[in-house]
Amino acid sequence: MMSSPDRRRKRLDRSIEVRSAGLYALSSYREMTYVLAPRLLLIVGLLILPFILDPYWQKVLCAAAITAILALSFDFLAQYVGLVCLGGAMFIGFGGYIAGLMNANWGLPPMLTIPLAAVIGSFVSTLVLLPCLRLRGIYFAIVTFMLPLFARNVIVALGLFGSTEGITGLDTLPNTWVEQYVILIALLVALFGLRRLVSEDIGLIMMGIKDNDQAVLAAGISIFRYRVIAVFVASFIACFAGAYLAHLYGWLGLSLFAMDFSILPIAATVMGGMGTLSGAVIGALILTPLSEALRGFGQLRVVLYCLVLLIFILYKPEGLMNYLERKYHQFERWEKV
Amino acid sequence: MESVLIYGAINSVIFALMSVGFSLVYGVSRLPNFAHGSIYVLVGFLTWSFVNDLNLNYWLAILISLAVASLLGAAIAQFVLLRLRGLPTSEIIASFAVGLIILEGLRLQGIGGFKGFIGPNYVLKPFVDGKIEIFSVFVDYQRLIVVGVGAALAVGLWFFTHHTRMGLSLRAIAQDEQAAMMLGINSDRVAMMSMAIGSALAGLAAVIILPLGNVTAEDGYRVLVYALAVCIIGGLGSWGGTFMAAFLVGFAMKVSTFFFGAVWESVVLVGTIILVLLVKPSGLLGKQKELEERV
Amino acid sequence: MTMSDELLLEVRNVGKSFGGVKAVMDVSFTLYKGDVLGVIGPNGAGKTTLVNILTGFVKPDRGSIIYKGRDIAGMAPNRVANLGLARTFQVMRPYHSLPAYKNLIVPLNSPRAKKATAGKLGDRDSVAIDILEEVGFERDARVPYKTAGSLPLGYQKRLELARCIALKPEIILCDEVFSGLSMSEITSILPLLEKLVMQGVTLIMVEHRLRELFRLANRALVMRFGVKIAEGSPREVMKKDEVRAAYMGTKRSR
Repeated sequence: MMSSPDRRRKRLDRSIEVRSAGLYALSSYREMTYVLAPRLLLIVGLLILPFILDPYWQKVLCAAAITAILALSFDFLAQYVGLVCLGGAMFIGFGGYIAGLMNANWGLPPMLTIPLAAVIGSFVSTLVLLPCLRLRGIYFAIVTFMLPLFARNVIVALGLFGSTEGITGLDTLPNTWVEQYVILIALLVALFGLRRLVSEDIGLIMMGIKDNDQAVLAAGISIFRYRVIAVFVASFIACFAGAYLAHLYGWLGLSLFAMDFSILPIAATVMGGMGTLSGAVIGALILTPLSEALRGFGQLRVVLYCLVLLIFILYKPEGLMNYLERKYHQFERWEKV
Repeated sequence: MESVLIYGAINSVIFALMSVGFSLVYGVSRLPNFAHGSIYVLVGFLTWSFVNDLNLNYWLAILISLAVASLLGAAIAQFVLLRLRGLPTSEIIASFAVGLIILEGLRLQGIGGFKGFIGPNYVLKPFVDGKIEIFSVFVDYQRLIVVGVGAALAVGLWFFTHHTRMGLSLRAIAQDEQAAMMLGINSDRVAMMSMAIGSALAGLAAVIILPLGNVTAEDGYRVLVYALAVCIIGGLGSWGGTFMAAFLVGFAMKVSTFFFGAVWESVVLVGTIILVLLVKPSGLLGKQKELEERV
Repeated sequence: MTMSDELLLEVRNVGKSFGGVKAVMDVSFTLYKGDVLGVIGPNGAGKTTLVNILTGFVKPDRGSIIYKGRDIAGMAPNRVANLGLARTFQVMRPYHSLPAYKNLIVPLNSPRAKKATAGKLGDRDSVAIDILEEVGFERDARVPYKTAGSLPLGYQKRLELARCIALKPEIILCDEVFSGLSMSEITSILPLLEKLVMQGVTLIMVEHRLRELFRLANRALVMRFGVKIAEGSPREVMKKDEVRAAYMGTKRSR
């Protein structure tokens, strides 16, 4: 709805928004509710879902949470550091394979392999990506695109780690409640953790790297160092999700490097609103069940995600979350000019 | 030994053909065309459909497919990439999405009777059947045609970019966009032109190379990976570098196959890329100044 | 405006060409502690390229830059800054929607600034506000808290200087700090620069506004077409024929 020459849209902050800035939010229950409500809604909503869903959709919830974590890692890297990661599947694959191999060969239980795989996986990922962190952003995009495909080729060519069949019979998690709450809590920790991180000084520096790298260099900051930190954090949570995935279904295989894991988080982030972190989560929670419902259509899903992505990026780049935030914090009305 | 040399040379030309389209687009307008591999495969399938489903003449089918590729490239530039000009993250994401739509779209099954291109049955006939013996090595005629077209293309491109107005404006924008704009060259139009030409080149590579094997949608990823690898090694934006890198990689891969077996191809490729990124990130003939590449 | 004997920076035969264009050719000069060196010359003289070379944004083809006993030619910009050579940017892009003091957080997180403030009480935010007060942001009027985008140009220039001060530099390279300011705004910013010099900071100022510059500078270096054509005290330099010709042209070139 574009404004015509004789009217325009006027936006005003809601009075309660202005009243609840900073410390003033504690002044009354009303303001506190206004500030806390969206966050509580998300947290409580997520934590209640396992109780109301039937077993099939519970598994979908787990998949959605995994996608949400991947989307968080993508959003963080893309909007806060300026690195576009086109190969999220790489982290899932590393995390999944490392956890699965530790479990299959050394018998370590999932409670150990998942965190260990996250740590080792992020070290390996950061190491592999190290050469392109000194260079312009386009190299990161190209290398992350190529790596999942290379990983698959190398595994098949050298016959490593079960090659095309993969390895089955991994330990799964004790029961469905553990399954769901582990990943949901991990998701919430990742989301609020990242939000905290970007509001600290480090977040400011990373945004500077994305927006005006010359000024950051002139201020004596080593861009390389902060990129390494960012990639490590992003790959940590993504490898965690991958390790969890291996133990969710009890097997690892080449499909951990599938293109789905790379593109779905990107679509989720773009739809949810790039840069908002919570938007990435919302996007994933919407798109994953949708993709489940379309499972019968095979490759149509990927085409659909990409179409959704394109439409949002071209016509509504602010994304859902920004739109919702705007509606929540401001009210609009048409005004005659 | 001779077979390694000859097949190495052929392989190099194949890589050069695959990569020149991407290199041109990136060199001129700094637009990463992640749909490069998809257009390659699309042209292959289109030609096959024209020949087998519509019974068109082979050459006519090729011409039409190339035209479609050009138009598609220009459309992608106009409607997607140019709208996002100046937002590097969005450009990359959108280009990637377009590529995937085309590539995965070709694998769709059962939508409105569209059967989807799955399976190894799609073959484009070679232009000329038969082999010839060179230095006691048997070489298909089609492979010779590949080399011939590659050489002709190299010469043609050089001529185009040095002696025609369109080509000169491409080079101008590639060297210094702002200066070229001040001379009246329309940067957006040049970007569109470069995408059209780059897509046509991708299509040309497809129709020449695909007759050597069969057409599968997975090729799209493979071709894109090769093109990206060659362009990085040769230097993003340097056309001479692309050709040099194509030769380097082409020979390296054939040599490694000869000595170590085909399985190590991927490893050699990855290894070369990592080596280049560590030692000389601007690539073999990278025109970008070192400090600009490093951040 | 003292002329001390401590040699701080020695630039020897620095040269840089971009393709066929020789931006800087064989430029040499020395800088002593406490100097205010004005780098002047008509447009296209290579002044900005020289600034970029000195601060590490452009790698010179030839020559060396000796600072603190090391050759810093071609060193990465962040390492140069951490050695003590800070610069301002002609085109400033602060964080528009953030408070002004937040713009100092990035330089305060550099290794050099962290070393300098280690052990001092107070978090980075308060250090930032203190620095802003030093450069003239009135604390009582809450100016440091205003969004950077809403500041008038004079304050934005001071913010740029504050970013350099946060690094506790030995040398500040000012790239056309006076550009865009009115005469009175320049007059009010000069005391700040004088105060910096008195605190021991050495300045290199690339400027076009000669009258205001020469109130501060004790030495001048004139460039034209990438070459140094004169060096010395401002008065000496402005008397030279080559310098006059560079700015105003010779009788015959009309």
